Amino acid sequence: MRVVEKRQLMSATEIERTLQRLAHEVVEKSGGTQNLALIGVRRRGVPLAHRIAKAMQTIDGTEVPVGTLDITLYRDDLSKVAAHPVVHSSEIPFGVDDKDLIVVDDVLYTGRTIRAAMNGLFDLGRPSRVRLLVLIDRGHRELPIEASFVGRHVQTGDMEIVEVRLTDVDREERVMLVERVE
Amino acid sequence: MPERLRHLLGIEGLTAEQILFVLDEAKPFQEFQRHPLKKLATLRGKTVALAFFEASTRTRISFATAASRLGADSMNLQAESSSLKKGESLLDTVRTLDAMKPDCIVMRHSSSGAADFVARNLDIPVVNAGDGTHEHPSQGLLDALTIRDRRGTIENLKITIVGDILHSRVARSNIHLLGKFGCQFTLCGPSMWVPKELECLGPPVHRVDRIEEALDGADATIVLRVQQERLHEPSLPLDEYIQLYQLTPERLRGARPDMLVLHPGPMIRGLEIDPAVADGPQSCVLEQVTNGLAVRMALLFQLIGSKPESEDAKGTAHAAD
Repeated sequence: MRVVEKRQLMSATEIERTLQRLAHEVVEKSGGTQNLALIGVRRRGVPLAHRIAKAMQTIDGTEVPVGTLDITLYRDDLSKVAAHPVVHSSEIPFGVDDKDLIVVDDVLYTGRTIRAAMNGLFDLGRPSRVRLLVLIDRGHRELPIEASFVGRHVQTGDMEIVEVRLTDVDREERVMLVERVE
Repeated sequence: MPERLRHLLGIEGLTAEQILFVLDEAKPFQEFQRHPLKKLATLRGKTVALAFFEASTRTRISFATAASRLGADSMNLQAESSSLKKGESLLDTVRTLDAMKPDCIVMRHSSSGAADFVARNLDIPVVNAGDGTHEHPSQGLLDALTIRDRRGTIENLKITIVGDILHSRVARSNIHLLGKFGCQFTLCGPSMWVPKELECLGPPVHRVDRIEEALDGADATIVLRVQQERLHEPSLPLDEYIQLYQLTPERLRGARPDMLVLHPGPMIRGLEIDPAVADGPQSCVLEQVTNGLAVRMALLFQLIGSKPESEDAKGTAHAAD
């Protein structure tokens, strides 16, 4: 599949400012961070979760634990995606029971990834609450799933893809709108 | 990304990359065994046919549990109640199973090459759970995973194998696998079970007569069961075998203190292995069993967890978010 870059949606500075703002929002809307934990959805949700946790520590002083979740085994499209699916480890170094969780991912689109993430989390225990934080909400939901914390809403077409590139993973930092080309 | 496995018939035909991929994929499944809820929906609706034409409890249960924990169902054929006893051919038996549309067949058979034969005649993936004296690839993989977890690596190790190597498919799979990573092998046992011809398996394979010599400097020793059912009469009186080849604490003291002790199971305490060694800190037998489950889950996921290659036009890797 080929893609063509259309335009940049966010620069590195804009990403950082947005993450700071989101960290403030989480602190503001959580009534205390004692029971709070972040779950980064593999792959790019993970560095985002770590950065938000770090920002929250600067704002609030408390250390919010971060877990990582690989959703490969919970996906609903394994028999459709032709690629060689690779399972990675999830690392959640705390109990999920009675925790106030915030699932962190880069882009919210159909909602299927988040549905899979919730299945994964509920296999581990019973959180007291699950909320969602995303950098970009691009619409086109196929399931009744919404984010409590959104960096930016972006209108997109079906052939378009929102690519979040982060230094930790992609060696550059920006959000691009790209288009699938046959 | 190494080429995805279509079948698992043997280790001999796999590349080092394919082997490492399975070992790496087993890690999340190892963690999974510690979850409170050990049930996924990943392979929901898929069926794994377990065709065991030769007696097996552990391997069969391990594959059945792996399938079940991934959410798949299994069809269970066991030797004792097998139609083969009534004279049905292997091909007819597997074709009958195939007509019930399983997604793959896991099979064990007393003839070397049986799994290859079935793979050539059916359209679905075949997993060899042991064929004659040829290979037992999932055992080789779980042994490698166990060694790698304990030792940090499977490269350039000195591996000793003790027992009836002539009839051991486990030994052959181990040698094929670890041989791809630069390991050297010392084979030890009664000469009728460890013929010199086995050295043709490769330049890094040597046989020695005395177990003390075999254990010296080994990073890991794989102890094989004395397979009495494979012999029509014992080739060696059992107490002589015990005296010459049993892995005892005394013999262990002459080896490296960090040498690993593996056994494919089932162990006969007091025969090929002293109970104190079997239960001691160097023994990996229980980890082998747990790792077996993880490896088999990783294998089933790779073989039937995603779209079969025959339906691919060109790969499209972009998943919906």
